[in-house]
Amino acid sequence: MNNENSKAAPVALVIDDEPQIRRLLRVTLEANGYRVFDAATGQDGIVQAAQRQPDVVMLDLGLPDLAGVEVLKRLREWSPVPVIILSVRDGEDDKVAALDAGADDYVTKPFNSAELLARLRTSLRHSQQSSAESVFHTGNIEIDLSARIVRKNGQEVKLTRTEYSLLRLLVVNAGKVLTHRQMLTEGWGPNAVGQTNYLRVHIAHLRDKLEDNASQPKFILTEPAVGYRAVRFDE
Amino acid sequence: MSEKDRPNPDALLAAIQSEAAQKKRGRLKVFLGMCPGVGKTFGMLEAARRELAAGRDVVIGYVETHGRKETEALAQGLPEIPRRQLEHRGLALTEFDLDATLARRPQIVLVDELAHTNAPGSRHPKRWQDVAELLDAGIDVITALNVQHVESRADTVRQITGAEIRETVPDSILDDAVFELVDLPPAELIQRLHEGKVYVPDRAVAAVNNYFREGNLTALRELALRLVADHVGADTREFRQQQTSAGAWKTNHCLLVAVGPGPFSESLIRWTRRMADGLRCRWLAVHVESPRELAEFARTQLEKNLTTARELGAEVIATTDDDLVRGLLRVARAQNATQIIIGKPLGSAWFNWFRSDRLLRRLTRESGDIDLHVVRAEKSRSMPAKKIWLPVLASNFQQYLFALGVVAATGLVNLGLMKIAGPRVPGFFFLLVVVLLALKVDRGPVLLSGAVSALAWNYFFLPPRFTFYITTVEDAILFALYFIIASVLGQLVARIRTQERAERRREERATALYEMSRDLTEATSRDEVVWQLVAQVSRVFNAPVAVALPAGNTLSVHPDSSLALSEKELSVADWAFRQRKAAGRFTDNLPGAEALHLPLATDRKVFGILAVSLPGKRPTLAQRDLLETFARQAALVLDRVELRSAAEHSRLLAESEKFSRTLLNSISHELRTPLAASTSAASVLAATDSLTLEQRRGLIGEIQEANARLNRIVGNLLDVARLESGQVRPRLDWHDARDLVQTTLRELQRELATHPVKQEMPDTPLLVRLDFSLMQHALGNLLLNAATHTPAGTLIEVQAQLADEALVLNVADHGPGIPPEWLPRIFEKFFRAPTAPTGGSGLGLTIVKGFVEAHGGTIAVENRPDGGARFTIRLPQPEKAPANEPD
Repeated sequence: MNNENSKAAPVALVIDDEPQIRRLLRVTLEANGYRVFDAATGQDGIVQAAQRQPDVVMLDLGLPDLAGVEVLKRLREWSPVPVIILSVRDGEDDKVAALDAGADDYVTKPFNSAELLARLRTSLRHSQQSSAESVFHTGNIEIDLSARIVRKNGQEVKLTRTEYSLLRLLVVNAGKVLTHRQMLTEGWGPNAVGQTNYLRVHIAHLRDKLEDNASQPKFILTEPAVGYRAVRFDE
Repeated sequence: MSEKDRPNPDALLAAIQSEAAQKKRGRLKVFLGMCPGVGKTFGMLEAARRELAAGRDVVIGYVETHGRKETEALAQGLPEIPRRQLEHRGLALTEFDLDATLARRPQIVLVDELAHTNAPGSRHPKRWQDVAELLDAGIDVITALNVQHVESRADTVRQITGAEIRETVPDSILDDAVFELVDLPPAELIQRLHEGKVYVPDRAVAAVNNYFREGNLTALRELALRLVADHVGADTREFRQQQTSAGAWKTNHCLLVAVGPGPFSESLIRWTRRMADGLRCRWLAVHVESPRELAEFARTQLEKNLTTARELGAEVIATTDDDLVRGLLRVARAQNATQIIIGKPLGSAWFNWFRSDRLLRRLTRESGDIDLHVVRAEKSRSMPAKKIWLPVLASNFQQYLFALGVVAATGLVNLGLMKIAGPRVPGFFFLLVVVLLALKVDRGPVLLSGAVSALAWNYFFLPPRFTFYITTVEDAILFALYFIIASVLGQLVARIRTQERAERRREERATALYEMSRDLTEATSRDEVVWQLVAQVSRVFNAPVAVALPAGNTLSVHPDSSLALSEKELSVADWAFRQRKAAGRFTDNLPGAEALHLPLATDRKVFGILAVSLPGKRPTLAQRDLLETFARQAALVLDRVELRSAAEHSRLLAESEKFSRTLLNSISHELRTPLAASTSAASVLAATDSLTLEQRRGLIGEIQEANARLNRIVGNLLDVARLESGQVRPRLDWHDARDLVQTTLRELQRELATHPVKQEMPDTPLLVRLDFSLMQHALGNLLLNAATHTPAGTLIEVQAQLADEALVLNVADHGPGIPPEWLPRIFEKFFRAPTAPTGGSGLGLTIVKGFVEAHGGTIAVENRPDGGARFTIRLPQPEKAPANEPD
């Protein structure tokens, strides 16, 4: 987390009760330059997190002793370490609850390693940034966060206040998933949670204004049943 | 075995059933004596000692030793259930304690004096009913009985000895009993009597001496011997029937005895029972109810007759017909009766004789191949000589007052009329009023008004006035005619009215029954049946009604009941439930209760209790019959409901079994193929070092491909399992339907790479409420389905739009379409088109349908006119998207 750590191999902690998943992740991550520790229970996971000071934690939601969300909350009491949730299909509720409780991202089992590694990199990058970049570039889109100017193909794009605040949230967290709740709170305040329809309309408008082809979005992606994610794309 | 020797299957079945029933029921052993003092109690105790020595659990329930030393010595050391102490009118009494015995549950219990009448306040009026309950509970009973107390022999004993027999035991309880005759030559018995060895109550010494004459005793002894012999004979017959062919023992007889409200029926019933005993056949007691209303005493007598018949083991059938002969023959034919028994009344009036003669002639003519017995019937001794006038006087007092008032008023009018029209016209006016009265009041008041008006006419109007004298012949004739016409007309009208009323009542009953069965047939759940039953019974009988159903070990009152059952009433209901017998008020069982409790029972089982708190007096036979019919009907429907839910359950089981079987057949292949591919590819990778990079990549590709397929199949299976278990509950939220389509397409990019997809959607957000994950699966499966069943390069079109308050999603392809014969089955589980490429589970479309229907939506499939298949999903959107919040 400190600058001297970033030069050395990043430390990953895997908390999962399935030995096979732990073995697989160890092989994958070690092959990609991580130092790996693992824990089979939530309790042990918390202890290991305190001892090893990992740079990133991968947390399975279905642990035998503690609910994954519970482990996350205890972790968050003293550590801002990025946490990536390992969840199964149909576990949307748990997934969203964990994201709302402070998890950084999730991958769904069975996952492919390329996707997993990409998520890990994003999380690490976010945690290592001392401050957000002031100008965000992707494809033909340029967002100047300090000047509050959005350009597409060099042309300025007019955004409403809400559209801009949503967009800012998305690009500051680029690559990370944002839940509906997080976005509604940001755009309209805590009372708007549940008013998903606001969000749908404004995301549609943002896509209309920024995407090359709004019917095949490449920049603002929908995370089914969870929320949205802004990604960097190549033209 | 030749056809001839083969045992009659019906008889065998009956034997098996009665054996099975006996295994559960207790056995009754009866020590039968010709009279008191022969040593029955002694014999019972000896038998008990033998059983005790054989290691069985024997207790004394109630044994009367009458202080005799030998008997007491024998009773010593046998465990005894303490008698119940109770007080009746200041007398301390002890009775057999039924409840304590049932609680103690011995194997065998000794209960003396089967014909004993219990003290008031006991559960049953008679001890034999206690014994029947013990037998029902599976406890063997040893008891003692004198032959004079056997119901079917009581008449004979009375004829022999001239003594009244008050306490009798119905033959039906003795049917399955084992008899042990306690015999003593009459001379020896008289000897014992003189030695004081026979217990005789002090007050009855003279009567007893008269009773114990040698002639009497010989006759009684013969009677006892024959009873036991008959019984042994019956056992032998039954046994032979079980062992070999029916052969000579064929008894397909069925006797039918006609039972009326008369005093003669009772001895007719006994006669039939004896004959049925001899023929070893079933017998019916049939009452044909006519529209004529029965007087209170006649109804009581009829009920008594029918109860006697029931207790003697008859099947009692009550039917309604205004023609006695027709009703009897109808029942006889329906029940396959072979012989009809009717009475030949003695000492009756000439018209009575004429009537029964006519009845006889008609029966003879119309009975066809049914034999007819005309039996000399005797008036039952217990029949009080009641006057036939009683029903007339039983009419309402108010009606008499009304009739007299009308006559008086008419008289006043007539006084005026006489001044104009002379003394004769008032007579006709009176006549008119009497006839009109007959339309309004009963026969009694009509007759009275006829008589009073005749006298008034004579006294006030006919000259000489204010005397009862009639001077002219003309007036005398007029007066006599007046009297006759008034009586006859009054009678006729009254009879028509009675018939009308009976008709109406029958009509009401029929209607009630019809409505009941109609409403009940519509009931499809237990609660509905109870609701209907309570509603109908309380309406028809105008009484609060409760239905108690078993809940665990006890009965609990159904919340739809209109009558609350106290603790005590519940215990009565409980008894009725366990015994499957009517109990409570107006019955012989626990008559102290407030409500009448009827079991809701079919042949198969008892479902609960119908408790009715009938106001006022005893229900008529017809009412009771109606009530029982209601209970039976309800029980039948409850039975049906239960069977149906059982059938439903087994259908579900069968379906899930079929599911598993199909699953194994269909899925095992689909699961094995990718597993085999991935396993062998992995093993090649592990074992072969010499692979080129290209080969390695190929193998890894195989593994990935196989795993993707496995993942898809397992996902589908899990979805179907969730649907099957009803756990799919959509979590609706606002979504842009366009986003749904786009996200689905994006996530299936790889699978749909071979097929171009055209989207057709509005430019503005399509806000709808749906469960994104479920609908993404559904839409994804439709798209995959289209891609799988059409050649590569075929265009797939997706449309989303709002129409008629519904989200309409279309997935259409330009492939070969679906053969029409498969269309109806296409959403079935495991249905796979024979031409489908491998790799599917046959579940994809089932899941689509399930998820769509979980949203309350519909899915349809059709072949497009220009080729290809089109699936249309409609999700109703009753809620309008909320107005947009301004920026």
